[in-house]
Amino acid sequence: MLTLSHVSKSFGNHKIIQDLSFSVKEHAIYGFIGQNGAGKTTTMKMILGLLKADGGEITVHGETVHYGQNKTNQYIGYLPDVPEFYGFLTPAEYLTLCGEITGMEKREIKPRVQEMIRLVGLEDANRRIHGFSRGMKQRLGIAQALLNHPKLLICDEPTSALDPAGRKEILDVLMAVREYTTILFSTHILSDVERICDEIALLHEGKLAWNGTLEEVKHMRKGSGFCVEVCREKDVALIRERFPEGRQNGTTEFVYEGKTEEDMSEMMRFCLEQGIFLQRIEMIEPTLENLFMEVVGR
Amino acid sequence: MRAFLAFMKKEWMELVRTGKLWILLVVFVLFGIMNPAIAKLIPWMMEMFEESFAQMGMSISEVQVDALTSWGQFYKNVPMALVVFLLMFSGTMTSECQKGTLIPILTKGMERWKVVLAKTSMAIGMWTICYWMCYAITYGYNWYFWDNGIAHHPLFAAFCLYLAGTWLITLMLAASGFLKSNSAVLIAAGAVFLICYFAGMVPKFGTYLPTQLLGAGNLLSGAGKIEEYLWAIAVTGVLGILNLAVSVIEFDRKEI
Repeated sequence: MLTLSHVSKSFGNHKIIQDLSFSVKEHAIYGFIGQNGAGKTTTMKMILGLLKADGGEITVHGETVHYGQNKTNQYIGYLPDVPEFYGFLTPAEYLTLCGEITGMEKREIKPRVQEMIRLVGLEDANRRIHGFSRGMKQRLGIAQALLNHPKLLICDEPTSALDPAGRKEILDVLMAVREYTTILFSTHILSDVERICDEIALLHEGKLAWNGTLEEVKHMRKGSGFCVEVCREKDVALIRERFPEGRQNGTTEFVYEGKTEEDMSEMMRFCLEQGIFLQRIEMIEPTLENLFMEVVGR
Repeated sequence: MRAFLAFMKKEWMELVRTGKLWILLVVFVLFGIMNPAIAKLIPWMMEMFEESFAQMGMSISEVQVDALTSWGQFYKNVPMALVVFLLMFSGTMTSECQKGTLIPILTKGMERWKVVLAKTSMAIGMWTICYWMCYAITYGYNWYFWDNGIAHHPLFAAFCLYLAGTWLITLMLAASGFLKSNSAVLIAAGAVFLICYFAGMVPKFGTYLPTQLLGAGNLLSGAGKIEEYLWAIAVTGVLGILNLAVSVIEFDRKEI
């Protein structure tokens, strides 16, 4: 649906994007993560033809994106990070304008506008956009982005400025529409990514640090260790003696960083032989946050 | 065409709902009425100040007021109304780029040249309505109070001023293609105007410049000929079209 190959972009001497390549399959929810200033918005604006790429090629639905010409945008619905609308229009008037611009059939526009207003819960907001809160603007933004049944929905940090309830609403809407559209979704809220994304990519300093499915990304750092918790305090000394490299966490828990599944089996065998009762033993999965922090070096 | 018309409708609603339309109508109607009103008031004012003039050693003979006095006011006042008009429209392009309201519109597949064309059409359309309304009001009063017959080529002279205004509007839109804020746009358009104005002081050069058209009011009293303005009209028309082309090309290249 969307392919970027060797895309680069600079503002003056400052390189924002360097040799960025990735592709998004149809009907996927693709999470595009990175710190503020990593180049997420710049990448999205290049996909939309709003900014000129210095090098590389971007294709949407098989067609090459040309800067300034918005032909490929007919396949795209875009929700900017801070969506701004004409304050003197009502949501229905604004969506009707969008429908007419995008070339929807006249008879199709009215029911579709009503459907979108219901979907985002703005039925009661039949007044001018001027006085809308940020959350309401975000919801109107989703409505306009989905209005013309886009094949690709691009959302730039749709949940960053919202309260937990507002965030859940937006994520629910995205989950609901994945059946008929592909979603590229930028954020720095990692829990949102874990909740809805099929595939993720981490952008760091204008380069792709890693990408793949959530599982793939987590498996990149296999054997990040295991932890064991015993039931009785008297067993603690036995464990410490046999496996001294562990870090004791509280009174009855040990953490063995950098150990593999085999190391954990050995621990289990030892406990069985010594008759140690285990409260818990498990491999430590790298969290997205760990991976993120590791890349950004904090 | 539908996208263009839809955007024009939006531009119109913006003018109506933000109150700009009413401000413009009031300004131009007021100026239209003021031209004959000031002409009418001149003898009365002179009478009022006769004594103080006499004390200063000046004596005033009877002041002759006719349609030409009122038309004289028209050519003095309309440039002021034009400044108000330009101030109102100076942000038409830049404010949308600054706020980001064009982003959803452009990402919906609206071609950029249609945005430029819709905004140009709306600005020139409004200028046409406001200007000729002002002209008609002045013409009507002049006809009622005096006789328009003594004015030579009133329509042609008015067209010259109208064309100069249209040129300035297109100049402002062309500047919007390069610049980011409405104040920068106004300064740029003002600078080009001043360059033309000062270049126009060179006699041979002046007849070819748009600023020549601002002096078309002189035709009314019979001073000057229509032919003296034909070159300026042609040049202004060409420059206006060039301005439009520049705004389309520059807006196409603008990073939003």
